[in-house]
Amino acid sequence: MTAKPEMTASEIASAVVARKMSALDATEAALARIQQHDSILNSFTDVTADRARAKARAIDADIAAGKTVGPLAGVPFAVKNLFDVAGLPTRAGSKINRDLPKARRDATLIERMEAAGAVLVGALNMGEYAYDFTGENVHDGPSRNPHDTTRMTGGSSGGSGSAVGGALVPIALGSDTNGSIRVPSSFCGIFGLKPTYGRLSRARSFPFVASLDHLGPFARSVTDLALAYDVMQGPDADDGACTMRGVEPVTPLLDESISGLRVAIAGGHFQKNVFPEAVEAVSRVAKALGASRVVDIPEASRARAAAYVITTTEGASLHLARLRKRPNDFDPAVRDRLIAGAMVPAPLVDRAQKFRRWYRAQLAEIFKTVDVLIAPATPCTAPKLGQVNFNLDGVELPVRANIGIHTQPISFIGLPVVAVPVPLEPLPIGVQIIAAPWREDIALRVAHALEKMGVVAAPAPRGL
Amino acid sequence: MAEPLDDYIDAVSKALALPVEEAWRPAVRANLDVSLRLARLVDEFALPDETEPAPIFTA
Repeated sequence: MTAKPEMTASEIASAVVARKMSALDATEAALARIQQHDSILNSFTDVTADRARAKARAIDADIAAGKTVGPLAGVPFAVKNLFDVAGLPTRAGSKINRDLPKARRDATLIERMEAAGAVLVGALNMGEYAYDFTGENVHDGPSRNPHDTTRMTGGSSGGSGSAVGGALVPIALGSDTNGSIRVPSSFCGIFGLKPTYGRLSRARSFPFVASLDHLGPFARSVTDLALAYDVMQGPDADDGACTMRGVEPVTPLLDESISGLRVAIAGGHFQKNVFPEAVEAVSRVAKALGASRVVDIPEASRARAAAYVITTTEGASLHLARLRKRPNDFDPAVRDRLIAGAMVPAPLVDRAQKFRRWYRAQLAEIFKTVDVLIAPATPCTAPKLGQVNFNLDGVELPVRANIGIHTQPISFIGLPVVAVPVPLEPLPIGVQIIAAPWREDIALRVAHALEKMGVVAAPAPRGL
Repeated sequence: MAEPLDDYIDAVSKALALPVEEAWRPAVRANLDVSLRLARLVDEFALPDETEPAPIFTA
């Protein structure tokens, strides 16, 4: 059996376990596809071919010896380059971090993926220090959208979106502080899971905003997303924010009926500043789910503002020493944002963190009568690379400042979200399936139901 | 002609020993203007005195 680009992770693992295809063949196919297409997509910054082949051979040997292998046996995957990969400096999209010593140990999530049989094939391009919604990078060049390579992938996990959307790998990992999993998922037409804050360990990944940082998977099917999520769950003493909850597997629940779930459309802020494509995508999802109730999320615009303030100030604090010592080695746009962040008076940051507590309570009330909220993932489909403004209803708006306006008020209070791709023409666009804290199972079940109905799907890459 | 935030930028730059070259100043000023505008939006929202900030330290 030959590994085909459209094969999902679960199909690859099944074929490998059944010995219809070797883990090495699956790995070689991914490496060949990276070799063939990544000169255009620019999604990878490091390809760990030797390591991947060694790991794949070990899995094949285990299978030949009759040993039990994990649910991701032989599945190639890649990680945003802010994950520690043993033997590589963790560049986090920056020039400065390339001078760091090589990581001595993999990030926890890589260890857990590999313990389940997955095969790491490389590290992925990203916006500098994750302070980005575009997927552009001044040091490494932009990652490119697999459906139209003149367009953005979205960021900051741009390489993750491009690599999965371009079917170079079936699964990638990324991070999401304000939307960096959900935005590339939307622009690249794939599924992305931003779990509840604290659900997945961030140990040995380069931080951005400690109180907002999440890690999570990307995939081309909900089954793959759930498989990756399940194997990565569990407490980790190496991340102080990681939950002590045990593993709560979702894969066995995916096919459960969603008929009893109360689904509502997020109103107010989430219905403003949107292009017709985003309206159409939300409408299709709402119709499929039989949702007509619109729930206003109180003060969501202010929540977005507070997330912005916390991000720019915590980010500035993280990088203060580097801003003093090596300001000219930053992407100038990132540097100037961070310097400004360092100058925001402390009481205003405290106000933002207190507002966050208030806003969390409002959403907790809403989730007493609603199980799922649906909202746009991005206001538009992928803009052109380098695009500065877009025109909405006759008003010129800056692209960068507006890409994350619908994701920020959700990650601000750590709610779990599955970004689902609606395959519109000519470009896909994502919708957020939002659940109450710790209810990733509900968001994934709804995403899976939409996938089975044919309403959401990862389109084949058209730009390759 | 000096912009309204320039004196503040100079003062904080000195207090934090954070360099701001003249060429960067317009972008820093523009970003700070956005940050302060959004921070004011949050500040204008009245909250009870007892409101705890979101992150909780656990000893």
